[in-house]
Amino acid sequence: MEKRDFHITAPTGIHARPATLLVQAASRFNSDISLECNGKSVNLKSIMGVMSLGVAQGSDVTITADGEDAVEAMKTITDTMKKEGLA
Amino acid sequence: MTNAITGIAASAGIAAAPAFLFLEPDLSFEHRQITDQQAEIDRFEDAVAVARTEVQALADQAQVKMGQEAADVFTAHLMILQDPEFVGAIEEIIQEQQINAEAALAQIEQKFVKLLSGLAGNAYMQERVADVRDVSKRLLAHLLKQPLPDLQAITSPVILVATDLTPSMTAHVNPKFIKGFVTDEGGKTSHSAIMARTLGIPAVVGTGKATTDIRTGQQIIVNGTAGTVVLYPTTQQLKQAEAERAAWQQRLRDEEALRNSASQTADGHRVIVAANLGLPSDVEQAQKNGAEAVGLFRTEFLYMHADQFPSEDVQVEAYRQVLRAMPDKQVIIRTMDIGGDKRLPYWELPQEDNPFLGVRAIRLSLANEDVFRTQLRALLRASASGHLGIMFPLISNLSELRAAKKMLAEEKENLLQAGVKIGQDLQVGMMIEVPAAAILANRFAKEVDFFSIGSNDLVQYTLAADRTNRQLAQLSQPYNPAVLQLIWRTISAAHEAGIWCGMCGEAACDPIMLPLLIGAGLDEFSMNSGSILTVRDQLRHCSQSEAAELVAQVKAQAETASDVKKLVQAFQKREKA
Repeated sequence: MEKRDFHITAPTGIHARPATLLVQAASRFNSDISLECNGKSVNLKSIMGVMSLGVAQGSDVTITADGEDAVEAMKTITDTMKKEGLA
Repeated sequence: MTNAITGIAASAGIAAAPAFLFLEPDLSFEHRQITDQQAEIDRFEDAVAVARTEVQALADQAQVKMGQEAADVFTAHLMILQDPEFVGAIEEIIQEQQINAEAALAQIEQKFVKLLSGLAGNAYMQERVADVRDVSKRLLAHLLKQPLPDLQAITSPVILVATDLTPSMTAHVNPKFIKGFVTDEGGKTSHSAIMARTLGIPAVVGTGKATTDIRTGQQIIVNGTAGTVVLYPTTQQLKQAEAERAAWQQRLRDEEALRNSASQTADGHRVIVAANLGLPSDVEQAQKNGAEAVGLFRTEFLYMHADQFPSEDVQVEAYRQVLRAMPDKQVIIRTMDIGGDKRLPYWELPQEDNPFLGVRAIRLSLANEDVFRTQLRALLRASASGHLGIMFPLISNLSELRAAKKMLAEEKENLLQAGVKIGQDLQVGMMIEVPAAAILANRFAKEVDFFSIGSNDLVQYTLAADRTNRQLAQLSQPYNPAVLQLIWRTISAAHEAGIWCGMCGEAACDPIMLPLLIGAGLDEFSMNSGSILTVRDQLRHCSQSEAAELVAQVKAQAETASDVKKLVQAFQKREKA
């Protein structure tokens, strides 16, 4: 299982286009991938789930990937986070 | 009986046509217990599959007809239709509660609407609520075999009147027949408003009662500029609407032609007409109006709309947003212009008797190195995302410029050492807004890549006239020959040193100033986005060589601001003739 913490620095938080791209990135993998923020956890492959968390700037989030392609999934998600200036 | 209703002016323009009431189909359904869950799940999955195909087709249509922004709406819908928490949850409810798909769908729709509405005060989330409703309605219509009404069936000119227009409806709108929108609900940023603006159709939204007050077939006038709908127009009103419509369409055609054309004078002299931005989101207006560059991006908003100093990362993101939005164009970002009358809640600065002559702008930056270096690092880090120019405000002597440039060079070296990419064509320039800088412009020009004349402050400091004092409005004019001398001197000094010179104050879009600047060879005119097309049009009617003669004439003859004005007006009369 892969686990990683991120500190969200984007002024709008996880929102709009970056949220869409994160979900699209996660959806490419078979692993179960979750996003946790303030004690609430959602499926990172669910746009509605991610939106409903309302992750704001300055939040600390944890992403967990569990499955055979977890390592690769975490790498892709980390890249997306960086590329979109989220964390 | 009232003759007019009002709402939010959502999309400019005016149109008169019979109303077409677009009413919702009956999507009521029964809550049923079922016994064969698998059959129900299959029925639901069929509806999802049909909806996906439909939405994909809508996305393709929108992309072609209305561009990326419209297509993005349907991409969002597709993601909901593929969302395991949405589709999966509905199937789980069918399985566990043994209820029909319609009822299960309604439960999950409610759940997400409630969740997203809970994140209130956020226009963006409200639009996502609209997405969930729109997708749910489409699924429900398929489950009930009740086709959603088809706007493509409309084949004569109408004004569409509806409770609200969903993206799915507006994707079918053919501007040939749909002459305007009027809705009960919605705001300036709702989908219907955005699509109306994209299609160039006048729209009034949020009237609250259009569908109650208007009947199908009734002649109405929608004025999307004023935000009004005339319900029983008189012949006189219809005539006037027709005239206004003709004038509006002519203006649109003229502007469209100008939007994508280069800025040049009647005799083919090219200049840059650029936009001033106060917020990163202003870049949208700049693009819409065909800005050829960003001549001034003020960074004060980062400091003023916050309760602490903005971090380096936050700044990088804001600068990148504008640089990426203008990929092939130069973006000049000015370092913070805080102090004097612009104060920050989290930064205590001493009271000053003359704030405009006090510790502000570059003076404050140099006195607070940490804050300044953070901004310089953020600018350098963002520079690889486009064509950046960094500009220092209120420079009054060479030591200030050299100190600022030294810090910039040090930060750049540190970042390069750390392996950070810096833009290859990064330029460094300064504002010319203090008379001392204009007088020594030839010296400054050897140490920067560009000048930008801040005409508002240059006028204020040259004439010792507080620009916020209304009693001095008569005095605070850029046409004053002393101010003009400083402007011309600056432009010549720039050109002698081989650098470019722009202007980012009000004077850059002042019609009287235009020939005086063109004639002196100003390279870049930066202004609020709304003035760009007007100035581009004025340029086309002005000859550079003749304007140069006017400048010589003004230099030789004009003694007062009103002399200057008279000479320019006489020149403009001759140009027109």
